[in-house]
Amino acid sequence: MADYIIVGNGAAALACIDGIRHVDREAPITVISAEKHPAYCRPLISYALEGRAKPENMGARADDYYEKNGCTVLYGEKAVKLDPAAHTVTLDSGRVLPYGKLCAATGSSPFVPPIEGLDTVEEKFTFMTMDDMLALDAAVKPDSTVMIVGAGLIGLKCAEGLAGRVKSMTVCDLAPRVLSSVLDEEGAALMQAKLEERGITFLLGDTAAKFEGCRAVMKSGKTVDFDVLVLAVGVRANTALIREAGGAVNRGILTDTRMRTSLPDVYAAGDCAEGYDASIGANRVLAILPNARLQGECAGENMAGGDRVFDNAVPMNAIGFFGLHALTAGRSLAPDEGGEIYEERTNGGLKKLYVKDGLLIGFELVGVMERAGICTSLIREKIPLSTLDFDLMRRGATTAAFSPEVRRQKFGGAV
Amino acid sequence: MGSRTRGNDMKRIYVNEKWCLGCHLCEYNCAFANSGRTDMASALKGKPIYPRIRIEEAEKTAQTGKSAQTEKICYAVSCRHCADPLCVKACISGALTQEDGVIRIDRSRCVGCFTCVLVCPYGALSPDGDGVMQKCELCLRNAVGEPACVAGCPNRAIVYEER
Ligand SMILES: Cc1cc2nc3c(=O)[nH]c(=O)nc-3n(C[C@H](O)[C@H](O)[C@H](O)COP(=O)(O)OP(=O)(O)OC[C@H]3O[C@@H](n4cnc5c(N)ncnc54)[C@H](O)[C@@H]3O)c2cc1C
Ligand code: SF4
Ligand code: SF4
Repeated sequence: MADYIIVGNGAAALACIDGIRHVDREAPITVISAEKHPAYCRPLISYALEGRAKPENMGARADDYYEKNGCTVLYGEKAVKLDPAAHTVTLDSGRVLPYGKLCAATGSSPFVPPIEGLDTVEEKFTFMTMDDMLALDAAVKPDSTVMIVGAGLIGLKCAEGLAGRVKSMTVCDLAPRVLSSVLDEEGAALMQAKLEERGITFLLGDTAAKFEGCRAVMKSGKTVDFDVLVLAVGVRANTALIREAGGAVNRGILTDTRMRTSLPDVYAAGDCAEGYDASIGANRVLAILPNARLQGECAGENMAGGDRVFDNAVPMNAIGFFGLHALTAGRSLAPDEGGEIYEERTNGGLKKLYVKDGLLIGFELVGVMERAGICTSLIREKIPLSTLDFDLMRRGATTAAFSPEVRRQKFGGAV
Repeated sequence: MGSRTRGNDMKRIYVNEKWCLGCHLCEYNCAFANSGRTDMASALKGKPIYPRIRIEEAEKTAQTGKSAQTEKICYAVSCRHCADPLCVKACISGALTQEDGVIRIDRSRCVGCFTCVLVCPYGALSPDGDGVMQKCELCLRNAVGEPACVAGCPNRAIVYEER
């Protein structure tokens, strides 16, 4: 009964396997994988559309990874019911599996809004999985007119992937700017301009109110004709398994800083989890890849009897289109909370650093990427700016801004 | 991955900051070692170089009493081969991996997304001329076989050893 079950087979699941194996080399692990593929690098699906990544080369790990790590993967099977008292999980095939410790690494699913007439659209797609990508890839032709609903990361990465492969593309979003959950107006405008350069048309502050076959009638009354529709309005954490078992769920599955859910011996990690976000000091879903890996590893080590705490998660986003990259970490300042903003504009570039109570709490960089991770470390490690030469740091991220002792320890000390 | 090298049981490049002359020789030796060429001139002359080790330079003015003293800082930075590497955990393409403690990059997989640059606490990754990331791999995979930067440093400001 000491066996491990991981529900899901994405980034969080792999990291969970690694975490378990740091502590326990022996006990068998069963991975329940709704998708029929070995885990792959999900963010590469847009690069596959573009032809920069090949599906057969997108595997997240070496071919013998599962075998080497003592994992049995049940491909094409879904966990549908969890019985926390009996410590069993039921699959859609009806099979019942006992577990010692279980990790929900179920990720998120595209949210499909109930728009009137959506059922009249023939060629409609979401953009979340390898299979979604392959279906879209097969549907687009050089003379396709594509409409993408949602100007977030997923919608725009899809647009980048299709650029040059179709006749035209229109992206709409109810928000007044692109990437509204990640960038401020100024940063968003730079990214939008880059996308427009490549012929992508935007309808912002507007969204599809109704579909009539190959025509969208917008809220504003405008109409957009298309033959391929991509729905990318957002994602929802896959929480049903835990919620229906009585586990605490908010937007995601609630976890503590050891990735434990409210159910005994049940953990959660990745896009499905609502773990502690140090940048806001509260729980929040952080649906980004680094977080899935860090949470998964933490969950795995703890499932195997280790004692790992993950309490410095912060949002970190690297978003690029056609060679223009935006990097953000932490959070920005609310209008009424005080603090200082250091801003710098270079031609086509933007740098904003948010400082509060002597700490760097976040940044937004567009087109200036060099050594950005040094600034990220100031946020994650809550390094008091009084201990370094922040004047130097804000001109350009550099470890030279640290004190001589810190530099000696960083570059001369044991790793 | 799976197995993790914890602690000090491998050789790494360490910096003796006070001995660094700021001569940038390490950068040239790095670019040459990773160029795949056999003579330095054809590898480097008249070309932009993308070394995996970089000299960090800064001038700091310290106020001691009435007189302001300008201190020049310079030292070489390359990948620390972290025992718990954030870059590997953040990489979206699986290009970055940890093998026997060495953090490697499979440049054919890298899509140049800059996520690793966003998370590396040392600023140790940078793109080459084609936007593909590159980083120090301790010269273990090129013809030199051990760090060319260290071998060519005239003043032992970088060393390759276990600590
Ligand atoms: C196009 C695109 C681009 C992206 N780009 C970036 C980026 O550049 N940077 C970044 O940080 N993040 C990016 N992301 C987000 C990133 O991919 C996710 O944060 C990450 O994949 C989350 O990993 P996960 O393991 O939590 O979930 P997932 O990778 O979604 O894996 C969950 C798996 O669980 C399976 N599953 C769900 N329920 C069950 C069940 N009941 N039984 C069995 N299996 C189940 C699902 O089918 C899925 O395969 C991108 C996402 C997309 C779609
Ligand atoms: S690239 Fe940076 S984060 Fe990655 S191992 Fe090297 S120093 Fe550590
Ligand atoms: S830039 Fe390349 S190596 Fe760095 S995270 Fe992206 S894909 Fe990985």
